[in-house]
Amino acid sequence: MKYWITVAVVLIVAVVVALVPVNEYFFYAAFVVLQFVVLATAWNILGGYAGYVNFGTGAFFAIGAYSAVVLFKWLGAPLGVQILAAAGVSGLLGFGVGLLTLRLRGIFFAIATVAVTFMLETVMVNWRYVGGATGLQLLRPPVTEPFDSYTRMLFVVMALLALVAISVARYVQDSWIGRGLRAIRDSEEAAECSGVPTLKLKLFACTVSGALMGAAGAPMPMYLSFIEPASSFSLNYSVSALAMPMIGGTAHWIGPVIGALLLASIQQIVTVTISNEINVLVVGVLLVLFVVAAPDGVLGLFKRWLRSSR
Amino acid sequence: MIFSLDLLSEALIFGVLLGSFYAAVSIGLSVSFGLLDVPHVAHPAVMVLGSYLTYVLTTYGLDPIAAGVVLMPAFFVLGVLIYRFYYESFERRGTDAGVRGLAFFFGLAFIIEIGLILVFGVDQRSVSARYIGSSLALGDYRIPYRMLVAFGVALVLTFALTLYLSKTFTGRAIKAVAQDEPALRLMGANPVRIKQWAFGIATGVSALAGAMLIVVGPVEPAMDRLYIGRTFCVVVLAGLGSMTGTLAAGLILGVAESIVLMFLGASWAPAVAFGLLLVVLGIRPQGLFGR
Repeated sequence: MKYWITVAVVLIVAVVVALVPVNEYFFYAAFVVLQFVVLATAWNILGGYAGYVNFGTGAFFAIGAYSAVVLFKWLGAPLGVQILAAAGVSGLLGFGVGLLTLRLRGIFFAIATVAVTFMLETVMVNWRYVGGATGLQLLRPPVTEPFDSYTRMLFVVMALLALVAISVARYVQDSWIGRGLRAIRDSEEAAECSGVPTLKLKLFACTVSGALMGAAGAPMPMYLSFIEPASSFSLNYSVSALAMPMIGGTAHWIGPVIGALLLASIQQIVTVTISNEINVLVVGVLLVLFVVAAPDGVLGLFKRWLRSSR
Repeated sequence: MIFSLDLLSEALIFGVLLGSFYAAVSIGLSVSFGLLDVPHVAHPAVMVLGSYLTYVLTTYGLDPIAAGVVLMPAFFVLGVLIYRFYYESFERRGTDAGVRGLAFFFGLAFIIEIGLILVFGVDQRSVSARYIGSSLALGDYRIPYRMLVAFGVALVLTFALTLYLSKTFTGRAIKAVAQDEPALRLMGANPVRIKQWAFGIATGVSALAGAMLIVVGPVEPAMDRLYIGRTFCVVVLAGLGSMTGTLAAGLILGVAESIVLMFLGASWAPAVAFGLLLVVLGIRPQGLFGR
């Protein structure tokens, strides 16, 4: 109950903020931060709970974005439809990738997801309809009432998506699905032997994780008014979506949220004050630092601090 | 594009040369990942680092291949340090090393890549030598000398490593670690020291591979991303840890890529390695010459 009140409050605050005169840049930056909340939360459903490392976040994200573009160009579909369709297509891709887990684990699965990313990128580079390698300029439709700018509306949409993603992750974690996924992470053989339907659960986790990543990608073309393969499929998304849960803590749904808010905010500040390259460097350095020195992330540090202060 | 026998044979010749080059850039990974089971996703990044250091050395007038050889001892030490760090932070602690070890190497790859961008910028860099830019006319075919040089170095590397692993005491010890680590421990040997040595060799070889990379074509910092596909494709296709298998797998990839390059165009070429990798992983994860 307390959780759902918090969700409602956060959503109301997001809408109110979007309606009052705040500097436009805030929404520009907050959109990206929230987008990473969705990506990190989605990554954690498979990577954190089940222990399958996905290096292909960029693929799911970009396929979501491209699905939205195709629908927009072909039918002029509204944003809501674009997002749902993107989630559907990326979920399907997730199901396909999930089938790979039948035979592949650990690094083999991770490398396979990199392969999927580059394969799909090559397809998009060669597909003229969506602009090929040079990309495609998009004309935003007029903004929906009561918002007075498109960026503000996208900010609210992304806030809603973030809350949906977090709620899904929370549900998965607390239900039998989460227990099953954790059993898979600890020992897949033992889980299978104790009657955990491992394949079903893995397919479920891959599909849900992929669908959420795709949904996060869908508003991106409208946000930039542009789409292009190289930056959409970038491994930078993959490393960030992996680093944020690792830094926040993978055991609890709040971990990726903390990691994403922390890291994406730092990234936004660094991008503005120093440079775009440094922000990827920050991700890399923090990731290595945390996996070596604080394996349970910020959450783990916090728990240790609680214990020692008591 | 009209299919012709002439074009096909040209694609085959180029593919063999390209393939031996791919074998050479993968052979370090064949040791570190294939034999030692270290999820070394940063292998291509280390290699690109080798290319850039080669570039720096050539500005002092050194030949690129010689520069690669000069860099080998330094990279050997680098490899020992990386493995030592990996071992102390992940392997020794045991539990959940998989996810964090992978994340560690993925992060390391990005750190190297961005480090290179910060120092050298995003522009492509290339080196010059007598054998770069000219080619050997063989009847109707023109074979670039740079590919021949890469071909020669690749063969030398592969056979040297094969001999080292099968004939020398340390080499056999490395194979023994790959086969049965606990048994080695029971024999009174220290597997960690052997693995450290092997990882050093793998990284040292990557310096020379990096030199070849910049001989074959211009390099840029983000190039490692593409080579994740090529190197892992070769190593997995070869069957983990097989040196001669690595050469064969490299040739298969080289020929496949060169045929696609010739008949479908350059924009499809990057997908070949990743596609082949997916097919191998899906159908026969133990590779063609698996142990």
